[in-house]
Amino acid sequence: MSTTTTDIGALAAALRAAIGADRVISDRQELRTYECDGLAQYKVVPALVALPADAAQCATVVRACVAAGAPFVARGSGTGLSGGALPHADGVLVVTSQMRDIVEVAPEDERAVVQPGVINLAISRAANPHGYYYAPDPSSQQICSIGGNVAENSGGAHCLKYGFTIHHVTGVELVTPDGERVRLGGRAPDTPGYDLLGAFVGSEGTLGIATEVTVRLTRLPETVRTLLAAFGTTDQAGAATSAIIAAGVVPAAVEMMDALAISAAEAAVHCGYPEGAGAVLIVELDGPAPEVDAQFAQVEALCRENRAFEIRIAADDAERALFWKGRKSAFAAVGRISPDYIVQDGVIPRTALPEVLRRIGELSAERGIRVANVFHAGDGNLHPLVLFDAAADGQAERAEEVSGAILDLCVAHGGSITGEHGVGMDKAKFMPRMFTADDLDTMHLLRCAFDPAGLANPGKVFPTPRLCGEIPGRRKGVNPAQAAGLAEVF
Amino acid sequence: MPADRTLNQLRATCRSADPVRAAGEGDHIAGVPARYVAAPRDTAQAAALLRAAADLDLAVTFRGGGTRQDWGSPPRRLDLILDTTALAGVVEHAAGDLITVVRAGARLDALAPVLAGAGQKLALDAPLPGGTVGGAVATNAAGPRRLLYGTPRDLLIGVTLVRADGVVAHAGGKVVKNVAGYDLGKLVTGAYGTLGLITECAFRLHPLPAAVAYVARTVDDAAEAGRLAAAVRGAQLVPAALEVDAPVTGPATVTVLVEGTPAGVAARADAARRLLGVDATVADRPGADWGRLPWRPGDTGLKLTVALSGVPRLLADARAAADRHGLPLALRGSAGVGVLYAGLPGTADPARVAALVDTLRAATAAAAGHTIVLTAPAAVRQRVDLWGPVDGLALMRRVKQRFDPDARLAPGRFVGGI
Repeated sequence: MSTTTTDIGALAAALRAAIGADRVISDRQELRTYECDGLAQYKVVPALVALPADAAQCATVVRACVAAGAPFVARGSGTGLSGGALPHADGVLVVTSQMRDIVEVAPEDERAVVQPGVINLAISRAANPHGYYYAPDPSSQQICSIGGNVAENSGGAHCLKYGFTIHHVTGVELVTPDGERVRLGGRAPDTPGYDLLGAFVGSEGTLGIATEVTVRLTRLPETVRTLLAAFGTTDQAGAATSAIIAAGVVPAAVEMMDALAISAAEAAVHCGYPEGAGAVLIVELDGPAPEVDAQFAQVEALCRENRAFEIRIAADDAERALFWKGRKSAFAAVGRISPDYIVQDGVIPRTALPEVLRRIGELSAERGIRVANVFHAGDGNLHPLVLFDAAADGQAERAEEVSGAILDLCVAHGGSITGEHGVGMDKAKFMPRMFTADDLDTMHLLRCAFDPAGLANPGKVFPTPRLCGEIPGRRKGVNPAQAAGLAEVF
Repeated sequence: MPADRTLNQLRATCRSADPVRAAGEGDHIAGVPARYVAAPRDTAQAAALLRAAADLDLAVTFRGGGTRQDWGSPPRRLDLILDTTALAGVVEHAAGDLITVVRAGARLDALAPVLAGAGQKLALDAPLPGGTVGGAVATNAAGPRRLLYGTPRDLLIGVTLVRADGVVAHAGGKVVKNVAGYDLGKLVTGAYGTLGLITECAFRLHPLPAAVAYVARTVDDAAEAGRLAAAVRGAQLVPAALEVDAPVTGPATVTVLVEGTPAGVAARADAARRLLGVDATVADRPGADWGRLPWRPGDTGLKLTVALSGVPRLLADARAAADRHGLPLALRGSAGVGVLYAGLPGTADPARVAALVDTLRAATAAAAGHTIVLTAPAAVRQRVDLWGPVDGLALMRRVKQRFDPDARLAPGRFVGGI
């Protein structure tokens, strides 16, 4: 934990001297630009913003923070949806967006080496001419940075088949919370030692700041085929999804939208989904042509068997893009039908989908709060959009209640409180619903190994702030800080 | 024999004499004998035993199928072997959700038929028969199909651990997509039991393919095999495995495994055959040595990793280096991911083996990789650093200190003496 006695003026001067005056922001108006990330309901103006040009400067900034006892928060493009990059009022926001070089594209190694500020889609654009791409595709891939993807272990629509960021990052260089530069993993597989890379990816900026990332490049598929199937009800669409999975097909993506989400998407982007649909499925298969052709026919038949009343097959990339347009714009589109909304992110075992959707419907009716459902149906990752009007009396509170109750439903069904948006600031309070105190203590041991002073993104992930204490040792006698009641030892 | 107080205390902890016994003839780890063996029946009993071991200051090493006890360094201290084989069985198999939860002592070969009943598989090859799920995770062991499916760290979605102090902790869960909390499963995967005992694992499953084909081509030398493998990697075959086998003498073999629908596999196998050359063969089952490590008990076994483009050169350089040192080197492994295993007879001159390890270490380092000595006779161990250089070692030591401050879990087995 940090103390709040940091002399910000002195820290600002030290940072300017170390990395250049133009890379440090201390003007209140300019600082306000950084007061939130993609989850705009939380706002904190940072004490300072630093924009390091490279890894060495990033390490310098962190060391200056350590020397001053100031907390620091890393931020990439600021698109995160859990408040993971929410600044600390007494700390430094370390913005990596100036570190945006693609260092190397090495298709012969199926790797690319990039700086953390590089935009997700830029990696694929650089790799495409070689016949490769970077597989994880969060909805924000046109603007989100790879550094943020690493911090959040971002997913995307196609992670059903291809996995998440963790499966596509083979190395990082990071600045540890005490300002050391460390390399974990690399271009070759199975680096000896603990899989600290695996622990670092998805640690939400609490174990350090990635300054260079080595990613896996995936061969562009020979064939991609996409269909849009319209059903009367979400139950039918869910049954079709189950049938596809049960048939042993692993589609690249299976996405579902319910009637309310469809109507929002229609209003926003005129995607032309079949009229009267209670649910639509987008199913995409990719891979070697003979394999995709065989399975695509099977998927189409299974949709019909489960009472799809209309099936459209994308004839070309343009039509495929149109199918996806409705889905990918869904979050923003609900703004057309509701003044305010909460984007929830929870996971359930896919087979629990019908039951959970029914319960969400009941919650919605009980509280008078509309919920539009958009989800990665293949892996049970729900994105209920909880609609409300903040100007209407009590609606915001009720929406929060519905949103929280949906997470409880996920946990009760053996799922997770977050599938891809992260815990961040927003869901730290929900962690005890999923994990015991001992579970959280054990996770905290890892944090203490990396960040004994608790300066890296404090207040995120864990529900309550805690001290690390000295490393306990049975034969070392009682820790003096513990004896004096100054610290609880974990 | 006088009453053994420690033994009695461990038994009292379990509220039963059954799970705890004095160590016998075979109860040693890499040549270091233990005093006691305990085989807990569930996580709670394992936790009680580890708490007692902490109180009694006992050094503990975990043992599953015992297939890799000669891997890593011998423990610096050993009092208690905690045997996981009574922690067996499947806790849950949710076929519709393509996941299973299994106890760590379950054998991989016993799990496979259970899952196959639902047309599913845990996509992990077992390079050594008889290994347990927990052992595979603790050593991050994988075989040919890692090309498509990854290694245990990629398939493990949830884990139950018992810490050195006996505290039980969970991380991850039972759903594939989950980013809540630190992924402690990754941390304990490949940690050789130095951070805690794994008692339960949740895994992502995959459908059993309707058809498979192994397309193999025999070539004159290892270097040519490497070039063919690179050509396969660049094609649109999406193989499940791409293996090279270059025995000490005789020709080398490149094998491509494709999995999928009958029609798809037939077409892809044909494409693979055209790519590999006219005399390539197609079979529906692999050769006898498929996925086996190229050494026998008592031999020296190495793991060589490189960036993908370095595979052809490594195959050639390793063979040339072995010839220079006058050593018979068998090479086999996943050319499609940059992991090769190498075996040398246990009777080989230790000084020459050590010299070859140095040469291979330089060759793999030149292609961003590592040479790890997985197992070796004592005379070789004395002459080599098993792990070689390790990035991030200082951080690793700090992790170990937090999880096992008294260094009682398999002390010295892992990198840097951890």
